[in-house]
Amino acid sequence: MKEREPLFSTKNLNLLRDPLNDSNPITVQVLGICSALAVTVKLKPSVVLAISVVAVMAVSNVVISLLRKSIPPRIRIIVQLTVIATMVILVDEILQAFAYDVSKQLSVFVGLIITNCIIMGRLEAFALANKPWPAFLDGLGNAAGYGVILIIVAFFRELLGSGTIWDYPLFEKLGIFNTGYVNNGLMILPPMALITVGIIIWVQRSRNKKLFEEN
Amino acid sequence: MKSFSNTYIFVFSTVMVMLVATLLSFVAEQLKPFQEKNVEIEKKLDILRSVGIARDMDDVEDKDTFVEEAYGKNITKSFTIDPAGELKTEVEAFKVNLKVELAKSKEERNLPVFVYINEDGEEIYILSLQGNGLWGPIWGYIALEGDMTTIYGAIFAHAKETPGLGAEINTEWYQAQYPGKRIFDDAGKFTSVRVVKGGADPADPHAVDAISGGTITSVALQEMMEECLGNYETFFKTKSN
Repeated sequence: MKEREPLFSTKNLNLLRDPLNDSNPITVQVLGICSALAVTVKLKPSVVLAISVVAVMAVSNVVISLLRKSIPPRIRIIVQLTVIATMVILVDEILQAFAYDVSKQLSVFVGLIITNCIIMGRLEAFALANKPWPAFLDGLGNAAGYGVILIIVAFFRELLGSGTIWDYPLFEKLGIFNTGYVNNGLMILPPMALITVGIIIWVQRSRNKKLFEEN
Repeated sequence: MKSFSNTYIFVFSTVMVMLVATLLSFVAEQLKPFQEKNVEIEKKLDILRSVGIARDMDDVEDKDTFVEEAYGKNITKSFTIDPAGELKTEVEAFKVNLKVELAKSKEERNLPVFVYINEDGEEIYILSLQGNGLWGPIWGYIALEGDMTTIYGAIFAHAKETPGLGAEINTEWYQAQYPGKRIFDDAGKFTSVRVVKGGADPADPHAVDAISGGTITSVALQEMMEECLGNYETFFKTKSN
C-alpha cells in the first residue's frame, strides 16, 4: 500500500511558497497585471481584491480538482469558466452586501477577476491534474503571490500619491507637507503602477539567484 | 485521455448550469435586502451631506444607525413634483430614480424634493441631480435656500471618473465653491452655475472654477445642473413669488 503523503510535505509547502517568489504570477510570469495596475491607487481596495482573488482561486482550484475525472476534456474550458464566474459573482454579491464602500471602489474589477489569467492558468495547468489538497495549496499560493505584489504596489502608490496609508493621513500627521513636499499626482495614474511593478521585478531579479538569466 | 460520449457531455453541462443557476439566484435573493439597505444609506448620506451634515464621519462607529438617525431628525419633509410644479402625492420622493425619470419625456418626469430646516429655522430645499460624466454616471444633490436662488450646499458623486482629475468633483474643495452661488440672475432668468476654465471670477455669482485636466467631467457637471435644475424651474418660480 502506498504511504499517505503528509499534509504539509516539502512538495506541498513548495506549492504554497514558490508562487510567492520564484514563480510569482505577476513579477515572473507577468500574468494578471491588468488589475494590478488599476486597483492599486489605494491600499484598501487592493487588500480586498487580493482577498477576493485568494477566495476565488482556492475554491475554484478545489472544485475543478474534485471534478477533474468527470469533466469532459472537450468542454473543460467552459466548465472552468463557469466555476470561476460563479465564484466571482458570489464574491461580488457578498461585497455589495457587506463591504459596500469597497465594492464601489473596486467597481468592475471584481467582475474582471473572471478574466484574470492567473486563475484560468492554474486551473488548466494544475487543478485538472492534481488532487484537491495540493490544488488548494497551489491556488492559495498563486493568489497570495498576486496579492502580495498588489499590496506592495498599492502601499507605495498610496504613500507617495496621496500621502496616506490605509486612508490614515501619515504625511500630514508627520508634518511633511510643511516642508514644502507635495504629493506626486503621477503616482495615482496607472502608468506609475507599471513602473512600480517594474522596479519590484528589478529588485527581485537582482536578489533571487534562480531568476538570473544567462547572457 | 478518457473519452466521453456526447450524451454525457450534454447531461454534464445541463446539470452544471442548473446547479450554478440555482446557487446564484438563491444567494442573490438572500443578500438583496442587505444590498438595498446599503444603497438607501448611501442616498440618505448624500442628501445629508448636501446641507453640510455628516461631512465628517471619522468618529462614527455604526454608520447605518448614525445616518438613519440624522436623516430622520434633519430631513423633515419630502415630496415629489412634476416639471409644471404640481405636487404628485402618489409618488414617494425617496423612491424616485432620477435616471429613469430623465429618460421620460420632460412633462412626465417625477422630481423629488427634500426639505431640511436649518439652525435658523429656515427651510432648505434639496434637489436631485443625475448626469453622465466621462466614464460613467455622475449625480449629486443641490440644496437651495428659501429664495430658491442661492445655493446652500452641494454634493456631487461619480461612479468611475478619473482619480485626481474628474473624480475631484466629490472633494471638499470643489464642492465648497458652490454655497452662495445663485442659479437665477437679477432679472429672474435661470442661469444655473457654469464651470469656467482657467478660474472663475470669485465675484461672479453664476460660475465656479473648472477642474484642470477634468474638462469633460466639469462640463458634464455643468450640463447636469442645467438640465436637472431646469426641470424644477417652474417650481422655483412659484415658490419664490
